[in-house]
Amino acid sequence: MTRNLLHSAATSVEPARRASGGGAAGRAPAAPARRQQRRRFFPGDPQQWSAVGFAVPLLAYLVAFYAYPLWRNIELSLHGYTVRAFVQGDPEFVGFTNYVEVFTSDTFPVALFNTVVFTLVSIAFQYAIGLVLAVFFRANFRLSSVLRALFLVPWLLPLIVSSSTWAWMLNSENGIVNSVIEAFGGQQINWLTSPETALISVIIANIWLGIPFNLVILYSGLQQIPGELYEAASLDGASAWQRFRHITFPLLRPVTAITLLLGFIYTLKVVDVVWIMTTGGPGDASLILAVWSYREAFGTGQPEFSPAAAIGNLLIVLALVFGFIHLRMQRSWERK
Amino acid sequence: MTARPWWKTALGVVLTAFMLFPVYWMVNVSLTRTQDLRGTPRWFPAAPTFDGYASALAQQLPALGTSLVIGFGCVALTVVIAAPAGYALAILRLRGGRTLNFLLLAAQMIPAVVMAMGFYAVYVNLGLLNTVWGLIVADSTIAVPFGVLLYSTFMAGIPRELVQAARIDGAGVWRIFRSIVLPVSRNSTVTVSLFAFLWAWSDFIFASTLNRAGEFVPITLGIYRYIGNNTTQWNAIMATAVVASLPAAILLVVAQRYVAAGVTAGAVKD
Repeated sequence: MTRNLLHSAATSVEPARRASGGGAAGRAPAAPARRQQRRRFFPGDPQQWSAVGFAVPLLAYLVAFYAYPLWRNIELSLHGYTVRAFVQGDPEFVGFTNYVEVFTSDTFPVALFNTVVFTLVSIAFQYAIGLVLAVFFRANFRLSSVLRALFLVPWLLPLIVSSSTWAWMLNSENGIVNSVIEAFGGQQINWLTSPETALISVIIANIWLGIPFNLVILYSGLQQIPGELYEAASLDGASAWQRFRHITFPLLRPVTAITLLLGFIYTLKVVDVVWIMTTGGPGDASLILAVWSYREAFGTGQPEFSPAAAIGNLLIVLALVFGFIHLRMQRSWERK
Repeated sequence: MTARPWWKTALGVVLTAFMLFPVYWMVNVSLTRTQDLRGTPRWFPAAPTFDGYASALAQQLPALGTSLVIGFGCVALTVVIAAPAGYALAILRLRGGRTLNFLLLAAQMIPAVVMAMGFYAVYVNLGLLNTVWGLIVADSTIAVPFGVLLYSTFMAGIPRELVQAARIDGAGVWRIFRSIVLPVSRNSTVTVSLFAFLWAWSDFIFASTLNRAGEFVPITLGIYRYIGNNTTQWNAIMATAVVASLPAAILLVVAQRYVAAGVTAGAVKD
């Protein structure tokens, strides 16, 4: 399973093309003359019928459990849904009113700013720390693979577990973090309850959560770089820093791009960490867009599904824009 | 780099210890006596006690059972949907496979909070709120796209001759799938199952939105309610957290290879 990263990137987008290496092998024999009409319709190609048969569960699944909930979500955002309207099923159609309300609300600039800070700072630190660790672990030393496996633990733990552990560590009165700070003569910091530090606190926890992912991806990217390059550079008298700057970093660029893009898409979606640690508070101090959406819909006693859905749809658009860039990059590799 | 310098190992151990400190802290607090929780924290449980675990288990045992059921249900649903779809894409070369792949990639980018709202709206009408079935379906949406992409990538690498030979021997598509492709893809099945289970086990967003008043709550929601109810009993909260972390720990020990494979696979295709 530890296959070439870039290779599987290519095959993931297009398994069909790689598989067609054998020419017509494995394809039901069909007269070339029939091929023209088969483009639209395939009565003469039993394999296509069975292919559809095997894909039907997935297609039905995608329609029922992805398309339909998403469609309901769009519908929510275009109507004035209240709890009562949910039960009676007679919401009023309001067009883009919910979107306008969201964009013009006082919370929007705050949430947008927090989202930008949360995402950029998280990704920058996750990537930098992940890269340093990946380079460090690349040198095979005793225990290195065991330690690398242990680094996965934060990534595997349920988010509620890690988030509540961090919340207790950052507790003002009884937290270990403040106790260490005070031991060094510092002041008690109200990490989660003061507006100045709440966002920083959730960012710290989120960075910790993201390090393993970055480490694993970047480490497997490093494995792709041929060792001869380093040997040659060493013979030429290149220092460790020069080797990193002129070999590792440039050759890692595609993996870096993927890691950062995925990091962005993941970080944009984050709800649990922030919700469990601060619920976006105090006030809106650590409120990011996804948490805002969650809070509007489920976090208060007064569910406001329509604006929440509008915020959610804005997030989808943002994620898809970056996802599209990600896909374009994969395509351009395939051509190389 | 012929010598394996001991200082690297030492540094690695220090870094790992630093990284895993929160995990140590969770265990430490879970063993602490309630009266020692206040004031200056202790680095070691001076008088380790299992009181936290006793009260955690007394209250959370049903939730652990619910999470197990949801986890296994999710694994079954994911594999049943994803394996045939991977076969259709990679070996039977479904026309329109590129488009389907694109849709699966896009599906993984949709924020969970949006899916939760959509499911909520759908479940209100279907009466599936607060049911284990509803959570199994919702949780499986995290794993299915990942599963299909993982299967199809692996299956695309299966030598064509293998399938050809079976076809010449007169095996049909179903037979080839069952007797050749599925057994050969065993590792993919392990990886997909492992992640489907972990994601369902760890899910908080769907649990907290679609199962807010349910009789059977998963463990994540159990911990969350616990925090809300008694903020003084952090040893019990942390004990529950330790118990909730066990599946992840066990899987990391017994299936580390698959975990690493899944992380990289997810990265390429998420």
